[in-house]
Amino acid sequence: MIITLEHYLTVAALLFVLGIIGIFLNRRNVIVILMSIELMLLAVNINLVAFSQALNDLVGQVFSLFVLTVAAAEAAIGLAILVTYYRNRGDIYVDEINMMRG
Amino acid sequence: MISIPAIAFYVFSGLMLLSAGLVITSRNTVYSVLFLILAFFNAAGLFVLVNAEFLAMMLVVVYVGAVAVLFLFVVMMLNVNMALPKRDTRSYMLVGSVVGGILLGELFLIVGVWSIAPEAIDLVSAPQNMFGQKGNTHALGQLLYTHYFLAFQGAGVILLVAMVGAIVLTLRQREGVRKQNIHDQIKREAKDCVELVNVPSGQGVDL
Repeated sequence: MIITLEHYLTVAALLFVLGIIGIFLNRRNVIVILMSIELMLLAVNINLVAFSQALNDLVGQVFSLFVLTVAAAEAAIGLAILVTYYRNRGDIYVDEINMMRG
Repeated sequence: MISIPAIAFYVFSGLMLLSAGLVITSRNTVYSVLFLILAFFNAAGLFVLVNAEFLAMMLVVVYVGAVAVLFLFVVMMLNVNMALPKRDTRSYMLVGSVVGGILLGELFLIVGVWSIAPEAIDLVSAPQNMFGQKGNTHALGQLLYTHYFLAFQGAGVILLVAMVGAIVLTLRQREGVRKQNIHDQIKREAKDCVELVNVPSGQGVDL
């Protein structure tokens, strides 16, 4: 039994959908929404690496490295915004964040 | 006959999906972060299975070492308790399952009918055998520091901007806090702060 590209694509698709469900499921908790976004980016990374292996092309792994960079930067900025918001309001309910609108 | 790599694949992917599911359903955010770490470890295992050792180690170093610890710090710092009412959870679960189910169906449709174009193999720009027996890390480094050097620098700039942004966002100047200012202390000289006044006897002095 050989593990093919389709196996990896299936796992990545399942992981991506789990991330999306996580965004819907945790409407109150921005931290878990950020974690769901990380899961979705991980699914994208798995796709890139699986294709890199299947096509025997290293460029996929280079791109995966860049996705990793952006994911780390996004997590840092997102959490910084969250800390600032918490300082101002004392909670991080997603439903009430629209009070920041102009 | 199931081979060892196949068993490893199913174990890693099964554990990864399981812990991803627990990330989004845990009621305690600290548990979510810990399951996120487990998911990333298993993803690193999957990467090792497809000979992407460098990325696997990056995943462990960057995600487990930096991002997950950052999440953990923020979760513990904010000290928010947000258990949703059961009713809300159920309705959100319904919407999420509908959207997720449709998306999953579409993704499976794509995976089902998709195949690699025959001319795609000619478009490969960096085949593994271009680097001989040098190993994954060496090959990636050779690629990153030559063809993708500008993109690599751009990634560095993105990280710098993120770092500056995070510091600017969270830096707080508090009013009314008296701090020691070493520069002021060292700059201070006797002639600026001591004044010798010759007091005539019997007249006093105006200060």
